Amino acid sequence: MLSGIDIEVSGPDGDQLLTTGENGGFLLQVGQEGEYVLRLVEDTLPEGVTATNAELTFKAALAANDTIQFTPRAVNFGLQGTVEGAAVGVGSNLFLQSTVSGLRLGLLLALAAVGLSLIYGTTGLSSFSHAEQVTLGGMVAFMMVNWWGLPFLLAAVLTVLVCGFTGYIQHVILWKPLRRKGLGLVQLMIVTIGLSLAMQYMFQVLVGAGTVRVIREAPTPVTFGGVRLTDQSLWAMGIAVIVLTAVGFALLRTRLGRATRAVSDNPALAEASGIDVDKVVRLVWIIATALAGLAGIMLALVLNGIKWDSGMQILLLLFAAVTLGGLGTAFGALIGAIVIGLVVELTPVFGLPGDLKYAMALLILILLLLVRPQGLLGKAARVG
Amino acid sequence: MPETTTQSRSGRTDNPLADPAARRALVDGIDPVPGVSKPDPILRVDNVVRKFGGMTAVNVDHLEVQRGIITALIGPNGAGKTTFFNLITGFDKPSSAPSLFNRPEKPAAWSFNGQPLSNTSASAVSKAGMVRTFQLTKSLNRMTVMENMLLGARGQTGENLLTCWLKPTWASQEREIEEKAKELLARFKLLRKKDDYAGSLSGGQRKLLEMARALMTDPTMIMLDEPMAGVNPALTQSLLGHIQSLRDEGMTVLFVEHDMHMVRHISDWVVVMAEGKIIAEGRADVVMSDTAVIDAYLGAHHDTDLSDDSLLEDLPGSQEMLHEAELYQAEIADERAHRDAPAAGKEETP
Amino acid sequence: MTIPESPTEVVHQDDSIEPDTPDVEAERRQRRRRSLIVTAGVLVLFAIMWFIATSTSGSVANIFASVIRAAVEPQTAAVAIAVIGLNIHFGFTGLLNIGQAGFMLLGAYGFAISLSRGLPLPVAILLGIATAAVFALLLGIPTLKLRGDYLAIVTISAAEILRYVGRLSQLTSWTGGSQGLPGSEYRDPFVALSFFPEGNTTIGPLSYQNTGVNGWWIRVVAWVLVLICTAFVFLLVRSPWGRLLRGIREDEDAIRSLGKNVFAVKMQALVIGGVLGALGGMIFVLPSSVQADSMGRAMTFFIWTALLLGGAATIFGPVLGTILFFAVRILIRGVTSEVVPASILNTQQSDQFSWVVVGIALMLLVIFRPQGILGNKRELQFNA
Repeated sequence: MLSGIDIEVSGPDGDQLLTTGENGGFLLQVGQEGEYVLRLVEDTLPEGVTATNAELTFKAALAANDTIQFTPRAVNFGLQGTVEGAAVGVGSNLFLQSTVSGLRLGLLLALAAVGLSLIYGTTGLSSFSHAEQVTLGGMVAFMMVNWWGLPFLLAAVLTVLVCGFTGYIQHVILWKPLRRKGLGLVQLMIVTIGLSLAMQYMFQVLVGAGTVRVIREAPTPVTFGGVRLTDQSLWAMGIAVIVLTAVGFALLRTRLGRATRAVSDNPALAEASGIDVDKVVRLVWIIATALAGLAGIMLALVLNGIKWDSGMQILLLLFAAVTLGGLGTAFGALIGAIVIGLVVELTPVFGLPGDLKYAMALLILILLLLVRPQGLLGKAARVG
Repeated sequence: MPETTTQSRSGRTDNPLADPAARRALVDGIDPVPGVSKPDPILRVDNVVRKFGGMTAVNVDHLEVQRGIITALIGPNGAGKTTFFNLITGFDKPSSAPSLFNRPEKPAAWSFNGQPLSNTSASAVSKAGMVRTFQLTKSLNRMTVMENMLLGARGQTGENLLTCWLKPTWASQEREIEEKAKELLARFKLLRKKDDYAGSLSGGQRKLLEMARALMTDPTMIMLDEPMAGVNPALTQSLLGHIQSLRDEGMTVLFVEHDMHMVRHISDWVVVMAEGKIIAEGRADVVMSDTAVIDAYLGAHHDTDLSDDSLLEDLPGSQEMLHEAELYQAEIADERAHRDAPAAGKEETP
Repeated sequence: MTIPESPTEVVHQDDSIEPDTPDVEAERRQRRRRSLIVTAGVLVLFAIMWFIATSTSGSVANIFASVIRAAVEPQTAAVAIAVIGLNIHFGFTGLLNIGQAGFMLLGAYGFAISLSRGLPLPVAILLGIATAAVFALLLGIPTLKLRGDYLAIVTISAAEILRYVGRLSQLTSWTGGSQGLPGSEYRDPFVALSFFPEGNTTIGPLSYQNTGVNGWWIRVVAWVLVLICTAFVFLLVRSPWGRLLRGIREDEDAIRSLGKNVFAVKMQALVIGGVLGALGGMIFVLPSSVQADSMGRAMTFFIWTALLLGGAATIFGPVLGTILFFAVRILIRGVTSEVVPASILNTQQSDQFSWVVVGIALMLLVIFRPQGILGNKRELQFNA
């Protein structure tokens, strides 16, 4: 923790200059809602420490209290270097730490991306509202724990069920009738955009525009091998691995899983071979939304809270993961998600501005599409 | 071009090949063996190979198409006729096409009217004068019949972005094109429908429209992919008449067909494909008595039942089969239309 | 995955169905008449609101006044121009551009940065247009030969990358970083062009400075530009070039088989629509500031909603759709905050609720009236 570092704060209140205290943190008094920019005064950094990302922006939403406790962590500002032989923050292990963070992000993305990919594969639909299904997971868990006082684990299980149920409802009242009606894929895609917009603002109406935390207690940090993670992150990663393994196993080994892949491969042929395509698609919607809900709960834990646009923030990463892996192949989506997670978290390590970490993932997606349009695992489509 | 002395049948055209006897004389001079060279080939194809997954859909060593006559390309389902069409018209790339990473021993090459067409785009093929239609009719259903026709005309100044907003630059040309379109529509008995949406036409009328639209480009050779599929029998006769009159006007016609009756009726030369290869060539009656052809029609590809559940038993291994099945999908539609085609082939055999 | 040919294709193969042969001319006349009636109806509604807003006082008059003000906002005009651009992409050519906001942002940056660096106004406008055109080329070259959804993925990703780059703190001296570029840095040359006399003018509920930062001058220029763009698009799409666009929208392969250079024509359409987007971006930032976040994904979605509302592939649809989009939202917001007691929905929540309604409206619109208000159902069914 570095003390005595000056940080300029500018925001709707005007500018103020703050200095980090003994514990490396400082208290920021916020008088107005809006966007605040924290700029590290690099001259005040100790010798040998550089900041790759000297400016941070955050949106302050006024809650009950109007002060914000803020500890500038080394990774926030992309601090690199050593002071008197000791690493700054996690400096010396930055690469390892970021790799683990990338893996964590990748696994959580994978939970949502596999579902998105299954939906695309079986119905051809690029569902923009899938991101809001992720947010929904976090929001429902928040309501259950904080409004109704349920214990977290019970709330988590119930949330996944509720989210899966929303998938079922959507399939029954929206997607199935619309396909029957003969709506084209572009039309359906725009319906998902409308749904996504409606859901985002519904979250705002219900819980406000600020970040809400599912669990209020501070997480316990765990350190092993020089990597610091919270216990919540560890749990999240563990559960993600288990769930993804289960999904993968189901796709490969169960009859229904094989049927799902057959439908993805060629719906007309699957239908002709006596597979109940409607049943498969219904199941895919339930599983996909349940997985997205699970991803949302975990995202809320790992990112210390969830916000109405948390899902939208990762939507493009999900699309990137699905496309990278090859549109409509579930295992491709898994690999794509891990790659995207790593790219996002490792971008600052290689000296690029931290603000560009999401942009970098998208850039890689575009470049890959140019070289290999069918994605990493997809097969080339037959022309004509 | 071989000398033909007989006067043309109708007298309204000076094309010597409009005379049946002249055509007969011409094709009698050609050896009925696969890949035989023609006196005046308009299209030459070499080493065109297309593989899907592990399966070879098309493998044509050498083919020449004679100028000025009607050549039919026939074969059982899945013989690769449509894929072959797609390949030489630039809608698909041969696996044997030379590229940066792939230097095949026998690179695919084909030329039209002496102009090499390998590695060119579909639009370049069309510009060279080789214009095709599609098995599943590609009429532009949400545009009117007239608009469909006008799109076919070449060299429109109004299609140039820089000047198109100035109507005087294209108005007079537009009128000329419209006149030409009306003539063609009248010939195909579609003039009455010129302001209807193409989607409101019947399947047969849309086939006619597609052919008329292709003729708007003034092609040297017209390639028809199953012109009879789904067309009602009443229209078939007039369609056959149209195809023959195109030939009599000097156009080269190459068409894919399933229906033996039609092939026999109008084609001057027949090329038979089976399992991607050319297995026979010759006059219709000669080819249809060829044992290889009869075997191909009766024996091949009736052992794969697409509705078989076993396709899905072992998915990882069956990926290739699914691919193969996909390959046949285009042909499934025509199988429905001609469920009794093999039987027809049998009847035709003397 | 290969998307199977549409089933209607097979149905039409059957000759036994004797198709109806509608009198297309009569239908066209009827449609033109209906469009006129709808447009006149909207105008009458605005006139009534105008009358009530000027002749009475109270909350209804206030709501109507704010609706009318929203309808003539320069930013409404700006979005209308971007919608006209998207109409060329999607409506006429069938290109799935879901990054139109990116074109706006580029135009705005190109224009504002050039002016803030002291370049003359015409040069700045040309630079804004040129950047958007180059951007369109960069996006189009790799994607226009691939399947339609690749363009969608690449445009939305590229627009997001632009937004992240625009927010970069390292580029603060150019783009203003996350703070944005204040209007005062680039606005003056435009304001100086005004030949309006000093002072204020009040017409009904509209009362603005004649010139000023956000007064009559920018409004007049913006809406005149909307009219010019509409006329320009009309001239383009009634020509054989426009016919080519619609042909490509219907079936690229058919057009290719006729020997047309489909790629080149699609590229031309992409560039023209993108340049219109850039023009919209320039107008959008003139009365305010260049904020990367104000031209993000949400903006793209609004543009899509406005286009579908008005009717894709129509001449006046984009303008009518945009005006209605902004006006109706203000109306919903006003009515909600008036009717629903503040204890249930406060002012902020009313605003959020109006967006929920917008989202649901978009869904219903696409489901029940995909051709929009002015569109032709027979001509414009979505093809995908």
